[in-house]
Parts: sequence; structure tokens; C-alpha cells
Amino acid sequence: MKATVLKFALAAGLMAGVATGATAQQKNVTIGVSIPAATHGWTGGVVYHAQETAKQLEKGYPGLKVIVKTSPDGASQANALDDLTSQKVDALVVLPFNSDELTNPLREIKKRGTLITIVDRGLKDPAIQDIYVAGNNPEFGRVAGKYFVDNLKQGNVVVFRGIPTVIDEERVTNFEKALEGSGVKVIDKQYANWNRDDAFKVMQDYLSKHPKIDAVWASDDDMALGVMEAIRQAKREDIKFVLGGAGMKDMIKKVMDGDKMIPADVSYPPSMISTAMGVTAAHFYTNAPMRGTYTLNAQLITKDNAKDHYFPNSPF
Amino acid sequence: MTETVLPTRAEKRKFAIDMRALSPFIALIVLIIAGALINPDFLTASNLLNVVTRSAFIAIIAVGATFVIAGGGLDLSVGSMAALIAGVMILTLNNLGGGDVGTLALGLLAAIALGAACGLANGLIVTFGRIEPFIVTLGTMGIFRSLVIWLAAGGTITMRNFELRELYRPVYFGSIFGIPYPIIAFLVVAAIGALILYRTSFGRHVVALGSNEDVARYSGVPIWRVRTLTYIIQGICVGIAVLVYVPRLGSATPTTGLLWELQAITAVVIGGTALKGGIGRVWGTVVGAVILELVANIMVLSNFVSEFLVGAVQGAIIIIAMLVQRSVHRGR
Repeated sequence: MKATVLKFALAAGLMAGVATGATAQQKNVTIGVSIPAATHGWTGGVVYHAQETAKQLEKGYPGLKVIVKTSPDGASQANALDDLTSQKVDALVVLPFNSDELTNPLREIKKRGTLITIVDRGLKDPAIQDIYVAGNNPEFGRVAGKYFVDNLKQGNVVVFRGIPTVIDEERVTNFEKALEGSGVKVIDKQYANWNRDDAFKVMQDYLSKHPKIDAVWASDDDMALGVMEAIRQAKREDIKFVLGGAGMKDMIKKVMDGDKMIPADVSYPPSMISTAMGVTAAHFYTNAPMRGTYTLNAQLITKDNAKDHYFPNSPF
Repeated sequence: MTETVLPTRAEKRKFAIDMRALSPFIALIVLIIAGALINPDFLTASNLLNVVTRSAFIAIIAVGATFVIAGGGLDLSVGSMAALIAGVMILTLNNLGGGDVGTLALGLLAAIALGAACGLANGLIVTFGRIEPFIVTLGTMGIFRSLVIWLAAGGTITMRNFELRELYRPVYFGSIFGIPYPIIAFLVVAAIGALILYRTSFGRHVVALGSNEDVARYSGVPIWRVRTLTYIIQGICVGIAVLVYVPRLGSATPTTGLLWELQAITAVVIGGTALKGGIGRVWGTVVGAVILELVANIMVLSNFVSEFLVGAVQGAIIIIAMLVQRSVHRGR
């Protein structure tokens, strides 16, 4: 339902963009985009998509200027926000490192009449954000869980957790909820920090510990790659498939090519920054209402729809 | 103050040397027994080989760290350095493009050379800049890490040539007479390290420098050269560790080698090297690295530790292991 609203909004925004472009009604708008620097795969994807979208939007909406700024940590992001507002931006699109730290600075900025769009991690005080675009972590876990119930039906599953955070907690609890009442059983859970090397080690240990594992929920594509290498080393035949998550291009490629061990993936797209930037730009160039919360679906990516999720030029 | 402490310690050392050198091995045996009691699968050959094999990177890096720390220095940049070297090495291999042994050899040489260069940079800044090694290597840690993130554009640097990847893969996964190559690699590195530290004048200079820099200087030890060399040895060790690391996953990411510096330092200290310098124990260091990896392995194999508490139990085990060691050589 929410996704439909979103699609409509985006379509309206894009059409309006083309229309205003044609009538050449000049209007100067500056949008500042503040995102984390590319310190790991997913944020690398965010940076790539932000820069691509900035170019596309500037082309589509005449008079629009998009400034993308990346920051290596939460404190420097607060400084980056200061820099951006001093350049007189009309709107800010922010993917916060840590929403708690940025709540107060953003409240000050909003007082000056700047439109605030928040991505992925909501602020402590939701009244500040005019537009909120979020990935759906509970849904991410639920979709993955449902995939196991539908495709494995019954058997033993080992689970890889990320870094102890709310995101991880929401994913894992909803994954387990989705399994309830089915024949699929979680026999082990460990943290592997969304890290390939750690996942490799934990998978080696799982393989020593459990004589029969039917499938693996790696819950992340980076971890899935480490898991695959450990399985290959152990030459174990009992594992039917590994389900990752996020939508890394190498993994989407495997799904596209019909790899038996990687039959699917669950999306948590870094391109959600593009959605946020598109909606924000549309706010200035259309009469359609844009304020609100947009929750993106965590989609199951299979062979049929993999090509819609494949961005060979993205670093992620 | 140091002058008054030194003579007593030297005397004591003569007495306690055997127990002190042995205690990491005792801790290792205790851990193995504990592991076997917790889960019978622990003692299978495949599990033990897995654990020792993957401790290879930290063990090799920690051999280098033994030199730096025994000489009274510290290197916090090794984890980032490993990531940078891995990234540059993979990019070199990708750019050379071939799938033959010659290409691989060039890539390996590049890795070792870059390791030595990074170590040289650390060493020169510490000695000629006269800055605390903690600060210098904290700085280079950030520099190396950012460079690899920049090279990867935040993504992953992956070996593109499939043939080369398959050619190189056995360096981590292959074995000779049932002993995986990484284990052989760290035994060789440790043996050479022990030879240099215990049997050469350079090794004695390192220890002299670590126990008292002023006395070493008055005794004619070439302080700057010795100190810089310890950092170069550290860099070369990181290079060698990367040679074993890259064939495992065939890629480097911005999170490669994260916190390896702490693991290496912990391995060195568990092994009996004094963090303040003046004592270096290469074989203890290797055992320390294996102990760290064993503790993590036992945590996963055990069924009664909640995944939320793994870190706490790991920390407690390491502290207890050190207390046991301490009581062993205090009792003598």
C-alpha cells in the first residue's frame, strides 16, 4: 500500500519534472545531501546512487542544484550540515550516522524554514522530518523467514547476525517470528559483524559443530560470501542454499545466473537515497503533496526480477 | 627510577625464565582441555586445523609486533596496513591481468615491498620526527585505512581473473602432509623471527633498546637504525600475512583487518612479551595468537553462552589466562 503511494509520488514527480522542463519556467532550488562516507559496501552504494541521482535530477529540473557531501563519522556530519546550511539550501536530505546526535542540529536548521528529508534512520523527534524514507528492517527479516518456510519447508538453519544494533535486532526477531509454526528450526545464531572474514570463521565453526545444516541465513551479502567460501572448503553437501541480503551486485549476478546455492536475495537498497532525493526535488517542482513517510518494501529478489536490482557500475 | 629497577629484574629473569616462557603453552593446554569438555567436536582434526590456520594472519603480524614492542615501540597501524596492502596487491594483479605464476609473483613482491615501505614510513616518523609511536601509528592507521576505502570507492576490491584466483587459492586452503600452508608459513616466519631476535646482535640491540634506551645509547647501540628496522620488520610481516590472507576470500573491503592491531598486541602480551619493552618472546607470541582464535572458536562451539555475552566471556577468559600465567611464575 505504502509502496504504491510511493510509486505514484515518484511518477508524478518525474512527469512534472519533464513538464516544467519543457515550459522552461526557471526556478532556483538548492538541495543539500549529507550522507556517510563510503566506509563499507552499503554506504559505498549510497554515495554512488546519491551522485548519480544528483546528476539526473539537475538535468531533469532546470535551476536545481544538488550538493552531495559525505562525512566519515557522526561528529563531522554535524559540521557538514553547518557547511551545507551556510550555502543557503532550500532542503536537506540526510542519512544520519546516528539519528540521536543529529536531532538537535537539524531542529535548529528546520527553524530557518529548510525542508528536512531523513533517510533510513529516523530522528528522535519525528516532528522535525518533513519527509522520511526508510528501509523496512522488520520486513527484511520477515521476507527472509518466509522464503525459508516456502522453500525449505523443514530443516535446520544457522543464522548470522550483524553488529548488535536495533537494525539487526528487528531483522532477526522478525525472521524468527516468520518461522514460527513451520518445520524450519534455527539451530544456532552468532554475530559476525556484517564482515566477510568473521562470517567465514563462524561458518567454519558451525560446520564443525553441526553435522547437518540444511540452509544458511547469512542476512547480508558480505557475510554470505564468507559463508560460501567456508562451505566450499569443507566440501559439505548438506547445505541447500544460502540467503544473503542488501543486494550487492556480485550476489544479484549470481541470482541472475541461476546459482544453485544463491537462489535469491532480499533487497535493502542503498538507492533509497535516490528515492528521498527524487521526492524532495518533486516537492519544489510539482504541486503534489510530498510530505510524509515512505517505507520501502524489502523485496525478494529471484531470477525473475534480478535484473531490476542489478547496477554493474555501482561499487556495491 | 628505571636504573634501580633494572638490576633486580635481570636477576629474577634468570630464575623464572623457563616458567615464564612455558606459561603461554600451559594456558594453551588448559584451553584445549576446556574446549574438549565443552564440545567433543572441538578436538576433531578439521576443527583444530581450521582454527590454527586462521590464526595465521594474526600470528605472522604479531611476530613483527614482538620486535616493535620488545624494542619499546608500538604499531597501531597494522590492521589498516594489511587492508591497504591487500587492496593494492589485488589491484596490481587485476591490472597485470595474466593468470600465470609470473603475474602472481609480481603481485606478491608488490605486497612485501609495500609492507616494507609502510613500515619504513612508520619507523622514520617515529625516530626522526621524535614523536610517540602511539600517535604516529594512530595517524598512519587512519591514512592507510582511508587510502584503501578510497581505492575501493567504498566497495570491494576483488580479484577479477578467475584462473589466477584458482591458482592462488591453495595458498590458504592447500596443505602438504596434512599441514595447511598458512600454518607452515607462520611457523617459518616465527622460526626466522626467533633466530633474529635471540641469535643476532640486532636482536639483542632491540631488547636492550626496549629495556633502557639511555643505557643502550651509551653502550653504542645505533638507536635510530635499530628502531626503524623493527618497524620495517613489522611491515614485512604484515605483507606476508596479506599473502596468506588474500587467497582466502580473494577480496579486500574497507573492513578488512579491522582491529587486527589489538589482536596482534594481545597475542604478543599473552605470549609473555612485556608491553613496556625489554622482553621479547616470539614463540609465546605465536601461541598467544592461537589462544585468541581458540577462545573465539570455543565460544561458537559452546551451547550455553548466549550470543549477546560472547564478548564478555572471551574477555574474561583472556584475563583469567593471564592471571594463571602470572601465578605460575610467581609461585616459583
